Order: sequence, then C-alpha cells, then structure tokens
Amino acid sequence: MAENKQAAKPGRPLSPHLQIYRPMLSMTMSIMHRATGVALYAGSILLVWWFAAAAHSDAYFDLVQAFFGHWFGRLVLFGFTWALIHHAIGGIRHFIWDMGQGFKLTTVEWMVRANLVGSIVLTILLWVIAYGVKS
Amino acid sequence: MIIDPGMKTPLKKVKGFGSAKSGTDHFWQQRATAVANLPLMLFMVAFVLWHLGSSRADIIASLHHPFVALLLIMGLASACWHMRLGLQVVIEDYLHSHLLKFSALALNIAVATTLFAVSAYSILKMSFAN
Repeated sequence: MAENKQAAKPGRPLSPHLQIYRPMLSMTMSIMHRATGVALYAGSILLVWWFAAAAHSDAYFDLVQAFFGHWFGRLVLFGFTWALIHHAIGGIRHFIWDMGQGFKLTTVEWMVRANLVGSIVLTILLWVIAYGVKS
Repeated sequence: MIIDPGMKTPLKKVKGFGSAKSGTDHFWQQRATAVANLPLMLFMVAFVLWHLGSSRADIIASLHHPFVALLLIMGLASACWHMRLGLQVVIEDYLHSHLLKFSALALNIAVATTLFAVSAYSILKMSFAN
C-alpha cells in the first residue's frame, strides 16, 4: 500500500534509509543482533526436535543424534551456539543502553567490538569444552 | 485552581495505551524474558553439553529430577515467548500488505506456542517415565 502511494506521487521526498549511510560496525552489529535473533527462532526448532526425539523412541533418537553427529549437523550446531552467544551478549549491551548507560561513542565502539570478539571466543571455548566432555 | 486543559495528560496515556492499544507491554515483556533467558539458557546449554555423549536413558534419568525438568520447561517458555515477541517486530517492520502481515503474525504465535507445547510435553513425558 505504501509503495502504491509513492508511485502515485513521484518526486516526493523519502526519509533516508540504510543505503544512504556509510556502513559502520555499530550499525552492522545492530543488524547482526536482529539476524541472529531470527536465526535462533529457526534453531529452536532443532532443540525442540531433539527433545521430542528423546521422548519418542530409541530408534528415532539415534536418527536425530546421527544428524547432529554428522559434519553438516555439527556445522549447523556451531552456527546455532554462536548465534545464541552473540545474541545474548548483544542483549546485555542493549540492556545497558536501556538503563541509560554507555552512550559515549568510545563506549559504544568498545562494546560492539567486545560483543563480536567475545561471541567468537566463547563459542570456540564452548566447543572445546564440548569435545572435552564427549571424549 | 484552574487546570489548563492543554496540559492534561490524555486518557490513553494515563491508561498506558498508545496507537497499538497495548502501551509499553510488548517492550517490557521483551526485556523481562531477555533477563530470564540469561540464566535459563545457560542451564539449557549446560544440559545439552552434559548429555552430548549420553544415551537416551541417561537423558531420561536426568529429567527425573524435578528441578532439571522445571528449569528446562521455564527456559523454553521464556525463550519461545521472547522469540515470538522478537519476530513480531521483524514482521511489523518488513511486511506491509495486510493479508501477508496478519497471516505472518498469526503464524508466528502458532509456531512459537507449538514449539513450547511440543518440548514441554516431551520433557514432562520423560520426567514422569519409569
């Protein structure tokens, strides 16, 4: 509907949108927070599938375990854990802002970097522990 | 004392209702579930990690403890509600045709509540199993 109105009145000014701004890390990280959130929605289906399979039967649980044991399943799980950790740290970052703190530009830049680096380090650490538990 | 009618707070603001008719409820629920998710998802990840190499019988044995089953169900409730709220905002931002938007909003609630129901039922089934 909005598109139709714009087409009817050409040349009307539009409010600046994403493409008008120079890409910045803080902006990218804001987009990443939303993207990981949507990815986690999809990932939750895998978690529910795992619980449902465990409740169902030995045979079906083995099938699901085999999927998560496969390299492709592992890759999906790796992405899942990274998205979860990234979104969790991003959530803490947004919570600090909700409390009215951390709006200094240097602080913002520091927090987005800590978010990115922290999520990668913690994800790798989690998988090292995971492989340690398994073996 | 005469109160200038222009300075009065509109009734919709007093009641906390804006154009969405729900005030800041969505925002608060998103924050409340976000805070709840932190410890609950930590427990969820620990549970999954702990049971990586386990058999199905081991998982069922762990779920026999009421605290384990309850914390997992509470985590799934909080997470499912949080993601329902989150995806709602994404849908409202990007889908503008009425039919598509309202279908997606309804589907979002249906998927999130179904995911919670299936996982909660699965956990309870194993928790109560012999």
